[in-house]
Amino acid sequence: MSKEYETVIGLEVHVELATKTKIFCGCSTAFGGAPNTHTCPVCTGMPGSLPVLNKQVVEYAAAVGIATGCTINRFCRFDRKNYFYPDNPQNYQISQLYLPICQNGGISIETPEGGKKTVGIHEIHMEEDAGKLVHDEWGEASLVDFNRSGVPLIEIVSEPDMRSAEEVIAYLEKLRLIIQYLGASDCKLNEGSMRADVNLSVREKGSSEFGTRTETKNLNSFKAIARAIANERERQIDIIESGEKVVQETRRWDDTKEYSYPMRSKEDAQDYRYFPEPDLVPVIISDEWFNEIKAKQPELRDEKMVRYKEQYGLPDYDIDIITANKKLADIFEETVSLGSSPKKVSNWLMVETMYLLKEKGMEPDKVTFSPANLAKLIKLTDERVINGNVAKEVFEKIFDEDIDPEAYVKENGLMSVSDEGELKAVIEKVIAANPKSVEDINSGKLKAMGFLVGQTMKEMKGKADPASVNKILKELLGI
Amino acid sequence: MNFFKQGDFYIMANIISDETIEYVGILAKLELSEDEKEQAKKDMGSMLDYIDKLGELDTSGVEPMSHVFPVNNIFREDVVTNGDDSRNILSNAPEEKDGSFVVPKTFD
Repeated sequence: MSKEYETVIGLEVHVELATKTKIFCGCSTAFGGAPNTHTCPVCTGMPGSLPVLNKQVVEYAAAVGIATGCTINRFCRFDRKNYFYPDNPQNYQISQLYLPICQNGGISIETPEGGKKTVGIHEIHMEEDAGKLVHDEWGEASLVDFNRSGVPLIEIVSEPDMRSAEEVIAYLEKLRLIIQYLGASDCKLNEGSMRADVNLSVREKGSSEFGTRTETKNLNSFKAIARAIANERERQIDIIESGEKVVQETRRWDDTKEYSYPMRSKEDAQDYRYFPEPDLVPVIISDEWFNEIKAKQPELRDEKMVRYKEQYGLPDYDIDIITANKKLADIFEETVSLGSSPKKVSNWLMVETMYLLKEKGMEPDKVTFSPANLAKLIKLTDERVINGNVAKEVFEKIFDEDIDPEAYVKENGLMSVSDEGELKAVIEKVIAANPKSVEDINSGKLKAMGFLVGQTMKEMKGKADPASVNKILKELLGI
Repeated sequence: MNFFKQGDFYIMANIISDETIEYVGILAKLELSEDEKEQAKKDMGSMLDYIDKLGELDTSGVEPMSHVFPVNNIFREDVVTNGDDSRNILSNAPEEKDGSFVVPKTFD
């Protein structure tokens, strides 16, 4: 390749909001019901039915807009986007084109080079999701389930500010955390509650003109997004290098074949003939309502990161891991508020909790143990009632069943032995049984100490207090 | 079908081309015969002429209207009010299978 090319990427991200009901009717949004059990005349587009807007949708959309630095349009309304497709029962989707709820925002991301940059947000609008089409493997037909029809979405449209797959993923991760912190959505790519369409074009490095872009859909993981970006960049460069022109089109990514193909033919011209939705009245967000929404905004991750450093003096590494998930951050703060040392709480979350999550293939959101029990466990170790190894065992019980560690330690006799007399007798026995190690220590190989401590712990069935064992051992060996 | 009767002297200002009628047919998923296409071209032309009349009005300084009623902020609270009504809903389906609407085979 003789010329150098730059990739220009903008994203359209759809997020399913965490409301209990659909955007325009009182049907449940619960995931996984039997087909069409969460439907009514409104969300199946029956003639004569009328939509009524769910207030919570406006509040979530405005909250996301505020958190991403957008201007909230105090006067907004809905528009009809007309198209025929079997998953769209009304033959139009209610969306926002002319006056979306949020505009002109942006979020700051870290670039792979270690710098910071702002990815602009062109707009955020509210709209309804479509139903689900299932292809009937046995017959020449498709089946439609309208449970998802009318589930509220926000579409977050970025500016074409990203230049690599790394930047795209940094942007998506940041966006996902903001929305999760707000509680506006769980943002799961694999379950479709967060979906990203990639608009991509290439241009010669240094050029200020944009090339012709394509839109790639059906990207269900960060890995698929990265692969699709690399693939589409190469495809477009090949076309340009061979002297041809990139066609503006929508492409569908096939992650198993790792290739995309054009989705819509000329017969399906994308001409949506938008017009103002006559069945819905405008939304006016008064100062009072706006301030109410603003007052409800929780502390977001960036603010938390600064505070954790200032207030708790945690290392950046710890802060990064703990605040990467709101659930972990909540547990951290509650446990610290019960009097535990911030660094000790952080260690339990970062090391043991992360280990157990990985071991059990769980998401951090699914953690169920109570901060009170973690605080009690830390107190037991602080007071040297139990030693570190026992604490790890007890923690696993807390993680699994949220047991009360005080009661559990008592019931199972896990208290450490720090009684000098009892320990001394055992250590003397260990020294007598291991003359080789004693010789090593005497000749300066202090590593052998560890072996003797280990043997003592074994004799004590893990219940000795390590500090006391060390002290007595040193005394007996005269070092 | 002719919505807007005009005198014999009337000359349509909006001429609908063959390409346009073809395109509108695609968008509306309609297949028209040659005769129907000619009639539709005439109808659409006269409709557009009629609407062009609005352009004769001076609307500078008039706020664009977003809704015919002077009301706003009509909301529902986020509370589930509908139960499982799938039996009734599916009774509208021309064909049903496994609790779903059956449609012609469709690919994304």
